[in-house]
Amino acid sequence: MTHRKTAALLSIIPGIGQFYNKQWVKGFGFLFLAVCYFIAFLDFLNIGLWGLVTLGTEVPRDHSIFLLVNGVISIIVVAIGLAFYALNLYDAYQNGKKRDMGLQLNTLREQYHNVIDKGFPYLMVGPGFLLLVFVVIFPIVFMLLLSFTNYNLYNSPPNKLVDWVGFKTFIEMFTLDIWRETFISVFAWTIIWTFTATTLQIGIGIFLAVILNQKDLKFKGFIRTLLILPWAVPAFVSILIFSGLFNDTFGAINKDILGAVGIDSIPWMTDPFYTKIALIMIQSWLGFPFIMAMTTGVLQSIPGELYEAATVDGATNWDKFRKITLPMILFTTAPIMITQYTFNFNNFNVIYLFNNGGPAVPDQNAGGTDILISWIYNLTMTSAQYSKAAAVTVMLSIIIVSVALYNFRKTKSFKDEGMI
Amino acid sequence: MSIKTAKRIRLTLSYLILSGAIAVVIYPILWVVGSSFNPGNSLSSSTIIPENATLDHYKKLFAETEYLTWYWNTLKICFITMVLSVIFIGLTAYAFSRYKFIGRKNGLLLFLILQMIPQFVAILAIYILTYQIGLLDTHLALILVYVGGLIPMNTYLAKNYYDTIPKELDESARIDGAGHFRIFWQIILPLSKPILAVIALFSFISPFADFILASILISSDEKQTLAVGLFNMISNKFGNNFTLFAAGSVLVAIPIGLLFLSLQRYFISGLTAGGTKG
Repeated sequence: MTHRKTAALLSIIPGIGQFYNKQWVKGFGFLFLAVCYFIAFLDFLNIGLWGLVTLGTEVPRDHSIFLLVNGVISIIVVAIGLAFYALNLYDAYQNGKKRDMGLQLNTLREQYHNVIDKGFPYLMVGPGFLLLVFVVIFPIVFMLLLSFTNYNLYNSPPNKLVDWVGFKTFIEMFTLDIWRETFISVFAWTIIWTFTATTLQIGIGIFLAVILNQKDLKFKGFIRTLLILPWAVPAFVSILIFSGLFNDTFGAINKDILGAVGIDSIPWMTDPFYTKIALIMIQSWLGFPFIMAMTTGVLQSIPGELYEAATVDGATNWDKFRKITLPMILFTTAPIMITQYTFNFNNFNVIYLFNNGGPAVPDQNAGGTDILISWIYNLTMTSAQYSKAAAVTVMLSIIIVSVALYNFRKTKSFKDEGMI
Repeated sequence: MSIKTAKRIRLTLSYLILSGAIAVVIYPILWVVGSSFNPGNSLSSSTIIPENATLDHYKKLFAETEYLTWYWNTLKICFITMVLSVIFIGLTAYAFSRYKFIGRKNGLLLFLILQMIPQFVAILAIYILTYQIGLLDTHLALILVYVGGLIPMNTYLAKNYYDTIPKELDESARIDGAGHFRIFWQIILPLSKPILAVIALFSFISPFADFILASILISSDEKQTLAVGLFNMISNKFGNNFTLFAAGSVLVAIPIGLLFLSLQRYFISGLTAGGTKG
C-alpha cells in the first residue's frame, strides 16, 4: 500500500493521516477542528436535518418554519464542514504522494507560510462572503424551499404544521383559474411596463441630450442642472409627491392643470388604465436625467471632424443624427441601457409608493398595476399566501438569472486574465 | 429659406422644447415647496404659491413628530453601511482581482447572478431569519442586510478597477519583500481611491432610498427611517398631513439634492463603469 492511500484512508478520521505523515501540529489542528465541530453542531445538525425532512411532527412543539430555517442553516454548516473534510483528505493524500516520490515534506515553518499564502484570498473574501451567505443566499434558498410547501394563512405555525407538497404550488399557479389569470395579467403588465417606461425614459433622455448639445445654444449648464433635478431628488420623495399631485379629487393635476384647460377630472388613482399611464409618465420623469447625463458625456466625446466630413458630403442634420450620433450613443451605452430595463422590471418603489399597486380589480388577487415584484410583496404582507409568493419569487428569479447569464456571456470582465 | 432663418427656427424650437421639459421637471418640485408653506393641513389646500405663507409645518415637524429622529437614524444607518461596505467590498474585490484560488470563477459567476436578483424578493425569509436571531426592529439587522446586498454588484465594480492597476506593481513590491496585506494597503488601496469613493457614494445613497426592507424590519416609530416615516405620514390618513409631509420632503430633498448635484460626475462614472441598480 502506498503512503498516499494509507494517509488518505487514515484521514477518514481527520488528522490521523497527517499524524501518519508525521505532521503532528497540522494533524492535531485538523483533529481539534473536527472535535470542536461535532461538539458544537451535532445536536443542531441532528434537529436541523430532521426538521428539514419532516417540517415537524407535533403541534405545538414543532414550528415548521423555524425548523425550515434551521434546516437551511444546517445545510450551510454541513457544506462548510465537508469543505474542511475534503481539504483534510486532500492534504493527507498530497503529502503521502510526496513521500511516495521520496520528496521532503514541508517543515512546520514552510507549512505556516503556505497557509498564509494560500489562505490569504480566502481570508479577504471570507467576511464579505459569510455575510452574503446569510443575508442574500440563505433567503433565496429558503424561498426556493418554501415554494415546495403549503405555507399560507390557513396553514401556518404555531397552530398547524406545514408540509412538503412538491410542485403542487407551481401546478396550482397554472391550473387554478384565478391564479393563472392573475399571473398572466401581472406578467403581461410587467413586460409592458418594463418596455414602455424604459424605452420612453431612454428616448427622452437621448432626445434632450442631443438638443442640449447644439453648439449655438445658450445657458447650457443652467438648463442641464435644472433638468437633472429629478435624479438628484431621492426617488421615494418624488414618487410620494406625485401620488399627491395625481390624487383624483384634490390633486393639482386634476384641479389646477386639467381644470384650467377645461378637461374633466381623470381617475388617475382609481382606474387601472390611467394609473398605468401615470406610472409610465412618472418613471420617465424619474429616469430620463441619468440617460441624458450619460448621453451628454458620449456626445462630447464624438470628434467634430466626423460631422464636418458629413457636412462636406452634403448630409442633413437628420442624416448626421441617424448615421453618426445615434449609433455612437447606442454602441457605447448599450450595456447600461439593458440594466435600465432590468431595473424597471424590478422597480418596486414606483409601483408601490404611488398607489400600492392598486387600484383593486375584480377577479384577480393582485392590484391593477402590480408588477411581479410588488405582487410578491402583497402576497406576503397582505394576503399571507407565502408559498405562492415563494413560487412567484422562484419564477421571477429564473427569468432574471436567464437574462443575467445571457448578459454575462458578453461581459468581457469575466475573461480569465493572467493572475499572480 | 436662408441659412439664417433655418438656424433661428431650429434654436427657437430647441428653446421651446427645453422650456417645456423644464416646466414639467420643475413643477412638482415647486408645488411641493409651495405646499410646505401653505397654512392648511390637507392636500386640497396645497397650492404652488401660498397666500399666507407660514413656517408652521416645519415647526410642527420638529416639535410633534419623530422627524429628527428619523433623519438621524437614516444618516447613521447610511454612514455605517457605507463604511462596512467599502471595507468588505474593497477586500473581496482585491482577492478576486489578484489571486487565483479554488472557487474564484464560481464565486464571480455567483456574484454576477446575485446582483441581478433584487434582495427584497426574499423579504419573508429575511424577516424570519432576523426574527429568529432576535435582531428584529434593530438598526443592526438593517445595516447587515444592506451591506450584504451591496456586495455582489460593487465587488464587480471594484474588481474591474483593480484589474486596470498594473500587476507589475505588486510583483516588484513582492520582490522587495512586502507581504500580502502590505501590498494591498500601501500600493493598491491608494491607487484605487476613485472607485472606493464611488462605492462609498453608492452604499450611502442606496440605504437612503430603500423603503421595502426598512418598512419590514423596523416596527417602532422612533427607529424608523425617513422613507418609511414620510410614507406613513401620508398613507395613514391620506391628504390630511400632506403639507407636513411636504415640509419633511423639502428638508430631505435639499441636502441630498445638493450632495448629488455636486457629486454627479462620480455617479455617472460609477454607473457607466459597472452597470446599475438605479
